[in-house]
Amino acid sequence: MKFGVVVFPGSNCDLDAYHLVRDVLYEQVEYIRYDVHSLGNYDLIILPGGFTYGDYLRSGAIAARTPVIGAVKDFAGRGGLVLGICNGFQVLTEAGLLPGALYRNDNLQFRCRQVYVRVENAGLPFTRASSRGDLLKMPVAHGDGNYYAPPDLLRELEEKKQVVFRYADQSGELTARANPNGSVDNICGVSNRTGNVLGLMPHPERAAQKALGSADGLVIFESVAEYFKSREVQGGA
Amino acid sequence: MPEQEHDCKHRHEQQHDRDKIWRKLGLTDREYSMIVGQLGREPNAVELNMYSVMWSEHCGYKHSKSSLKLFPTGGPRVVQGPGENAGVLDIGDGYAAVFKIESHNHPSAVEPYQGAATGVGGILRDIFTMGAQPIAFLNSLRFGPLEDDHSRYLFDGVVSGIGGYGNCVGIPTVAGEIYFEPCYRGNPLVNVMCVGVMPLERMVLGKACGIDNLVVLAGARTGRDGIHGVTFASEVLSDQSEEDRPAVQVGDPFLGKLLIDATLEAVDNKLVAGVQDFGGAGLTCALTETASRAGTGLEIELEQVPLREEGLQPFEILTSESQERMLFIVDPKNLDALEEVFRRRELQLSVLGRVTGDGIVVVRHQGEIVAAVPAESVAGGCPAYEPQSKEPAYYREQDSFDPLALPAAADFGRSLLELLASADIASKEAVWQRYDYMVRTCTVQGPGGDAAVVRLRESGRALAMTVDGNGRHTYLDPYLGGMLAVAEATRNLSCTGAEPIGITDCLNFGNPEKPEVFWQFREAVKGMAEACRVLEVPVVGGNVSFYNEVGGEAIFPTPVVGALGLLDSADQQCTVGFCREGDLICLLGPVKVAFGGSQFLKNTYGKVAGKPADIDLTMEKNMQSLLRRLIKAGLVSSAHDLSDGGLAVALAESCLSGKIGAVLDMPLSDHTALELFGEGPSRALIALDGTIIDRVLNLAESAGVSLIQLGRVGGDMLLIRSGGDTIVNLELDEIKKAYEEVF
Repeated sequence: MKFGVVVFPGSNCDLDAYHLVRDVLYEQVEYIRYDVHSLGNYDLIILPGGFTYGDYLRSGAIAARTPVIGAVKDFAGRGGLVLGICNGFQVLTEAGLLPGALYRNDNLQFRCRQVYVRVENAGLPFTRASSRGDLLKMPVAHGDGNYYAPPDLLRELEEKKQVVFRYADQSGELTARANPNGSVDNICGVSNRTGNVLGLMPHPERAAQKALGSADGLVIFESVAEYFKSREVQGGA
Repeated sequence: MPEQEHDCKHRHEQQHDRDKIWRKLGLTDREYSMIVGQLGREPNAVELNMYSVMWSEHCGYKHSKSSLKLFPTGGPRVVQGPGENAGVLDIGDGYAAVFKIESHNHPSAVEPYQGAATGVGGILRDIFTMGAQPIAFLNSLRFGPLEDDHSRYLFDGVVSGIGGYGNCVGIPTVAGEIYFEPCYRGNPLVNVMCVGVMPLERMVLGKACGIDNLVVLAGARTGRDGIHGVTFASEVLSDQSEEDRPAVQVGDPFLGKLLIDATLEAVDNKLVAGVQDFGGAGLTCALTETASRAGTGLEIELEQVPLREEGLQPFEILTSESQERMLFIVDPKNLDALEEVFRRRELQLSVLGRVTGDGIVVVRHQGEIVAAVPAESVAGGCPAYEPQSKEPAYYREQDSFDPLALPAAADFGRSLLELLASADIASKEAVWQRYDYMVRTCTVQGPGGDAAVVRLRESGRALAMTVDGNGRHTYLDPYLGGMLAVAEATRNLSCTGAEPIGITDCLNFGNPEKPEVFWQFREAVKGMAEACRVLEVPVVGGNVSFYNEVGGEAIFPTPVVGALGLLDSADQQCTVGFCREGDLICLLGPVKVAFGGSQFLKNTYGKVAGKPADIDLTMEKNMQSLLRRLIKAGLVSSAHDLSDGGLAVALAESCLSGKIGAVLDMPLSDHTALELFGEGPSRALIALDGTIIDRVLNLAESAGVSLIQLGRVGGDMLLIRSGGDTIVNLELDEIKKAYEEVF
């Protein structure tokens, strides 16, 4: 597989995504600059975390207006897989590729800590190696991660199974305590209608090795690998 | 004398004093005469401004220079000692660690968010200026008690500012310490340390070498922020200090991040001959220091400096401390390539001038020479003072203080809970959750342990790092306090299994012109130097912060030690939490403790008094070396330094960290409280598999270090018994609640 990691001015988890792919997944990876107008051949595009343009405006708002986003939209429109992590998720909502918005954390403070994430939809290319209800231990590290969608949209997201991850406690309950930022209905990851674009606030790339406290985040990348393997099998048959 | 004549003379004196503008700039009459002597003429106003910022205490180290010479600064790993932007140590495999700690106390006192944020940005630039990729931040903070609204405002602003800058630039804040004492109420301490790593051959110095090389400015436009910031930092704070807010700079971490990446790429591609960041004293410092280090001169055109607003005077451009600016010394043939590196990040370069051979920094503005000063004189000509030193009266009084004569504590369980719930000891998780301590995915031990451990992708090794200082100890006995600070910092490293390889220090003191304060400073430095010698850790850089006083009241003398340790492999690291049911819990190191300056004394009796327990530095060294051997051999399952709150607090912390209880049977004397809560150096709590105890005992015996078995890991309580009596009997939940619900 070949991964592309988009680097905006102010991205700072680009390195972590890059090392994850190269040193943990042993796959090919390339950085993609924010000012390119087209993308090469990639199996997965990662929009990494960070503070694009300092997040001096709304988080992700300026990055969402860079040339590469047009290319990412085309790529996603053709069914390509796009994963936005943390600031990358914020960029995708600002770009209109994902529904909803990410507000300032309800405690008005940056939060960096381990959380448990419950898989709500295990049918996506990003989650197919997991099961619905699985708990993944991953860290969050953000100041603007408070997911919001108006009631109508929320209903629609539920119906279309676009809510992919929720904050839960260690026993899988959706408690207020388990929710680090006040996100509506404990939502921390959503997909687009077609399921090929996923955004989440927790950092799977920081939970990919036991030495870092958890390897639960790997399941997302294993799912993607499985997805392509199954397509190869189908393609070959 | 007739009234009228007296008036006239008085007016004349006033008039004369008004002419002495150097006084307003913080220079003494004698210093002014020295400037005239070195320059061979009277300086003009611009030149005087340049001298005044460089000869300020902050830049010139006037009152500390002679004492700092006491520190051992050499060693087999030392690549670069004090004097450059940061210290450099060889960490094997062709790599070097670059690190330094710096204070931003005064700015944080008047504008906590920006004061702290620019403190982070400033120390960050010192690291990548050397060519190193920054990999971690640490911080050491002091505030007044949080019951005080102003202290809480400062605390919250400082924590936000540290996170605001560090999180945005994407360098993890991996460890720190926070203490609260009334003496820091108006003058908080904000000390930030940064650690970086680079291939050894990439090191670049802040030297303006190569005649006709270009002097190039990159980064932010220059504005009026931080004008004379160093002068402000070299004065005592007062009620009016809040009016000095314009002396505090404003940080732009986004630009800071772009500058790191561009600078490191430029260094990697060998496009720059010298690099210097803009810190205290702004352009003046960057120009005169780089020229002085290389023995060269510079010709500078001030109009080439991009300005944020029109109408800045030459002296303002020269002393502004606007953040996120870098100075490069560039061979003209590399200029295009350098511009390309910066252009790709949408950053501009400005060529300010060139390097000359005459040792003079010549500054032109609109065709006229506005300053022509010898670099060496401005950057290095300021006098070194040997201030008067006098032992303060309170020092001897501590000898007669007998803490054991105080009414004895009765309920040890309650005392333990109170200690755990004190702001000094309680879990700081609520603070470090506001810092991204994981970005770069190399933090293999984050905040909350004895030291942080950051793995090195390049070599598979790991660096352990910590910051430690105890103002109470140093106040009560500066010489001993200095030794204890170095011992504690290195011990914290050893508890992770890492070998201490060097330190950087931040010396926070009051007004050195007061003999009692200078005595504290001198004694503390002597103590630190002695500990560094015996423990064989060189001091490779640091910072002195004087004038930490409000209304004539100095802070506790607070030397903070930033220490760096090396582990052969990240997998070898040890942590503080008990982790295996049934493990034996042992106390490694001497049993001698004292109540002097202890947390228990402060908590229970509201006293900062007495003498801390003495230290035997040879024993400290042997104990740390044994501990590292035990960890490396995989013989211990956890190790935790005994410090604030003594044995009982360490036990509770190891239980909480490992989420498992402990049962201890200890022979306790009549002074049970002393044994539980007394503090003493050279001690660690370790846990190990009971079947190997004989082997460990033998190793301890041959190292000459005491090892006492205290009990076993297990259950969900902390139970301490002595000869059939139950001394402490607490549920883990109760302990957790006390420890974790303070902030």
